[in-house]
Amino acid sequence: MSLLNYFKKSKPNTAKLAKERLQILVSHERSARNQPSYLPELQKELMAVIKKYVKVNQEDISINYESDENQETLELNIVLPDNV
Amino acid sequence: MARIIVVTSGKGGVGKTTTSAAIAMGLAKKGHKTAVIDFDVGLRNLDLILGCERRVVYDFVNVINGEATLNQALIKDKRCDKLFVLPASQTRDKDALTVEGVGKAFKELKKTFKYIVCDSPAGIERGAHLAMYFADDAFVVTNPEVSSVRDSDRMLGILSSKSQRAEKSETPIKEYLLLTRYNPARVKLGEMLSVEDVQDILSLHLLGVIPESQSVLNASNSGTPVILDEQSDAGQAYSDIVDRYLGEDKPHRFIDEAKKGLFGRLFRS
Repeated sequence: MSLLNYFKKSKPNTAKLAKERLQILVSHERSARNQPSYLPELQKELMAVIKKYVKVNQEDISINYESDENQETLELNIVLPDNV
Repeated sequence: MARIIVVTSGKGGVGKTTTSAAIAMGLAKKGHKTAVIDFDVGLRNLDLILGCERRVVYDFVNVINGEATLNQALIKDKRCDKLFVLPASQTRDKDALTVEGVGKAFKELKKTFKYIVCDSPAGIERGAHLAMYFADDAFVVTNPEVSSVRDSDRMLGILSSKSQRAEKSETPIKEYLLLTRYNPARVKLGEMLSVEDVQDILSLHLLGVIPESQSVLNASNSGTPVILDEQSDAGQAYSDIVDRYLGEDKPHRFIDEAKKGLFGRLFRS
């Protein structure tokens, strides 16, 4: 690296990056914290039912819980295999 | 009325024991009878930081099992007669502490002590849970670093849902932020999260900032709580924290880089 490069290169602001990553992560984890406690159990049982009819993997099913002041949403997403 | 303070963080190595020792000594030096309890069963270290490791006869688990009385197990500090230390047990039995046992010990301690400082172990296992369960106030010790901030937030979630106050729907635990190992020079360079950054993320009341300081290692080497090193930046920062906790209005220090005089610059002191 030349001396000129040394002066030209501005150091990336890693603290800013850290803050952005943390803000996203923390808000995600906080919303997960407020999820109803039955959610993992529900996911397990739904999985068992679905497996009876279609061949899917654990990662093909996602359950999302979201809540704001007005409503609570429970979203169930199943990715069905191509060759059904 | 006695108050129970838990010093917690989730993450290890951020300065919980250093903080517990300093805060407890600070409160005791202000004339309040204070007990400091090590909850890290199996990995006792508070005794070492306070310099009373050779005076340990009985420990917290002995008290809970009824093998010793609290008075037998509490070690009176040699520098301050208002400070008492209750060491952790070195047993490998993880289940040595119970909610009932700890509750009973607190009930008795509350009769004679003004402040009970609980040094929580890292993690979210039984020791950490019991350290915070009965708390009135929580000092959340955080480093300006991603994993520590994340773990602190996780700990805040646990404080607000798993404590006795939460279970009984009483006034929640009062939570305070203690930012430790802070390096203003690196913050200025954009290499370290700033006080504001951490506060933005955690939304906690800031009790104080402890600068990264050589005096902390020197203090632990000699078994002296760093707050007794009145010349040191970390010692002064902890003194401020104790004053603020006790209701004094003290401006924050050590957030900006200390200006060095000509001599300081010449000798890089």
